[in-house]
Amino acid sequence: MTLADDSLRTALPVAVPEPVAPPPVDTAAPRRRRARLSENRWGYAYVAPFFLVFGAFSLFPFVFTLWISLHETRLSDIGGGTFVGLDNYAALLGNAYFWNALRNTVTIGVLATVPQLCLALGLAHLLHYKLRGRTFFRVVMLMPYATSIAAATLVFATLFGRDYGLINTGLEAVGLDRIDWESGSLTSQVAIAVIVTWRWTGYNALIYLAAMQSIPDELYEAAEMDGASRWRQFLHVTIPSLRPTILFTVVVSTIGAVQLFGEPLLFAGNGSTTGGARNQYQTLGLLMYQQGWSNFNIGQAATTAWAMFLIILLVVGLAALAGRLRARRTGGTP
Amino acid sequence: MFDHRRGRAAASAAVALALLTAGCGGGSAADGGSADDPITLTMGLYGTFGYEEAGLYEEYMELHPEIRIEQSVVAQSGAYYQALQTRLAAGSGMADVQGIEIGFVADVTANHADAFVDFAAQDNADELEGTFYDWKWDQASTTDGRVIGLGTDAGPQAMCYRQDLFEAAGLPTDPAAVSALWPTWDDYLATGQQYTDSATRQEGSSFVDSPNSVFAPAVRQGDVAYDDEDGNPVVEDSDGVETAWDLASQAADDGLTASLAQFGDDWNAAFSNGAFATIACPSWMLGYITSQMGDEGAGLWNIATLPGQAEAGSTWGGSWLGVPSSGEHVEEATALVEWLTAPEQQVKMFTDGGFFPSSSTAAESPEVADTVSEYFSDAPIGQVFGDAADSVRRTPIGPYDTQIQDAFSAALTTVADGDRTPDEAYTDALNAIEQVVGG
Repeated sequence: MTLADDSLRTALPVAVPEPVAPPPVDTAAPRRRRARLSENRWGYAYVAPFFLVFGAFSLFPFVFTLWISLHETRLSDIGGGTFVGLDNYAALLGNAYFWNALRNTVTIGVLATVPQLCLALGLAHLLHYKLRGRTFFRVVMLMPYATSIAAATLVFATLFGRDYGLINTGLEAVGLDRIDWESGSLTSQVAIAVIVTWRWTGYNALIYLAAMQSIPDELYEAAEMDGASRWRQFLHVTIPSLRPTILFTVVVSTIGAVQLFGEPLLFAGNGSTTGGARNQYQTLGLLMYQQGWSNFNIGQAATTAWAMFLIILLVVGLAALAGRLRARRTGGTP
Repeated sequence: MFDHRRGRAAASAAVALALLTAGCGGGSAADGGSADDPITLTMGLYGTFGYEEAGLYEEYMELHPEIRIEQSVVAQSGAYYQALQTRLAAGSGMADVQGIEIGFVADVTANHADAFVDFAAQDNADELEGTFYDWKWDQASTTDGRVIGLGTDAGPQAMCYRQDLFEAAGLPTDPAAVSALWPTWDDYLATGQQYTDSATRQEGSSFVDSPNSVFAPAVRQGDVAYDDEDGNPVVEDSDGVETAWDLASQAADDGLTASLAQFGDDWNAAFSNGAFATIACPSWMLGYITSQMGDEGAGLWNIATLPGQAEAGSTWGGSWLGVPSSGEHVEEATALVEWLTAPEQQVKMFTDGGFFPSSSTAAESPEVADTVSEYFSDAPIGQVFGDAADSVRRTPIGPYDTQIQDAFSAALTTVADGDRTPDEAYTDALNAIEQVVGG
């Protein structure tokens, strides 16, 4: 702090520090920048292990998969395939099994994601009230997420069994026909969607709940004063406030749906990778596994893997675009 | 202050470095060779080979105190072969002895023969060859005569049937009479129709578990199965495939099967529920039935001859033991493999564990030939399977046989479920096979 006037110094009864000249700005700037780098070098050192591991186990396989997809390669001779350029990609586009797997992935994805997110929203709304045993419900809701995919799928596969499954027994008990869940197209996809929904609903509900708790009460009070019913409050206060959260969960669920692998693989119950006798529930992930590890055609599998990646990029890009367009329209943040 | 912080940072970096490199440690190859410094031979196996249970490792270690044997087992042979392939690609990391299954032996002989020790080049090769069934020896041979493994067990096939279910349906129960019911597959299907039409048969039971019980044995009773002599798939021109497909799709279409997927959960549960009266059983299936049904199944099953056996027997499954040539103890491992697959040991594996020998010498010995199974109503299993093994016709195998069989099996399931007609299903199977082979 500098004192502009000497007279003030003599007037004040307290001791006042001597005026200090401001440090010169220009010549010290590079020193300060260099100082910042040197302060940060330990920061780089601390994050280096992560990036080294990422580079070795994520980035390198990513690029190597692209390289393999340009070759015709067997599993037992990964380094020694013959270069075929984009032939694998052309073959993939003409492959009926690829389009079948894509169709299945989309249907299972929709069947799983839509009910899952709606249920999650409803559950979050219910848990938002001050119920007794709230914490218990929240813990129980998250438990399916903590189970292993393999264990859950095997148990559900037994439940959906044609001859001895509990669900068919229940259907017969109420007078309906038994359903051959595994062999039908729609029924097998519904069954797998049930497994996925069971796992992820609680997780998404908790995310929505956390977001709901940050919605200010004044909005609800204002809506109530305007005569809005509970349902209209939900539609016009809760959901718009949750928009960014909903967008996030939609994107994450979609990415998960495109990558669906464990459930279709284990649903058959006998280790087959065809996704059912007519490939009725073979997803892209399972097709990739069948091509690479059942048919030993790693080149084709790598191509399918990169096709999945491009599809995910496309979906996420469209979601981001939709969000940005909406923001531009409403004039606020998406 | 800054020095103290730098010192702490340096210390933590050193700790991190130590932790990262702790994982890198090469195992020292203890090249011993005496009782005080034994060589450890590792065996990489899958499923149930049964050597440890039969005490063969103990026996060998007593005979050779300078050797210790350790085995590591993977449950599914499919997963085992995937891991083996990656190790073959790397050229290292394999056990001293590796199991090789019928499902991928053709792939090994076609693509990886150089990675394994050649038994045909051993001094006692002729003697070795003489002890095995010729089809067993040939299946592990390459086109230039390299033999990459010695046979362990074989799976000659018979037809197992439930005596109680046959009685309920008004069919004979004596094995000789039952075998006389179906000298050919057409007779078998006719019997199946008779069973299905019977008014007194057990509610909810089908004649056979799956169309695969008809397809898998029948496909190898012709001249050609899936491949030509060079191992190239010739599915559309194969007489074995044509006959087997016609028979199996008819069985599926006529509703003679319980339309179960073999080795799936429903199929496992179906044993105890009496859901099917017959099932094609290779010798190892006996152990499977025993473990699935337990004590309540004793005396319910019996064994008849496989239809069509007068023309040709059929075998399902069976393995070899191979020695990777990149191992550190190739000589000792080769000696171990020769001992484990020798006729005396194969006899013991049959009497102890029910694994039918792939050695004809062992199969002809009285201990095997006279064996009778109490569980299977005193069926003379040594003789039944011995006859089957003798009449096995040597059909060429190829690297994609497992996938081709799976494709046909999936197609037959769609026929049995009523989702596709036999012709549509056949086209589906051919498309799936093209995916596998054409890539």
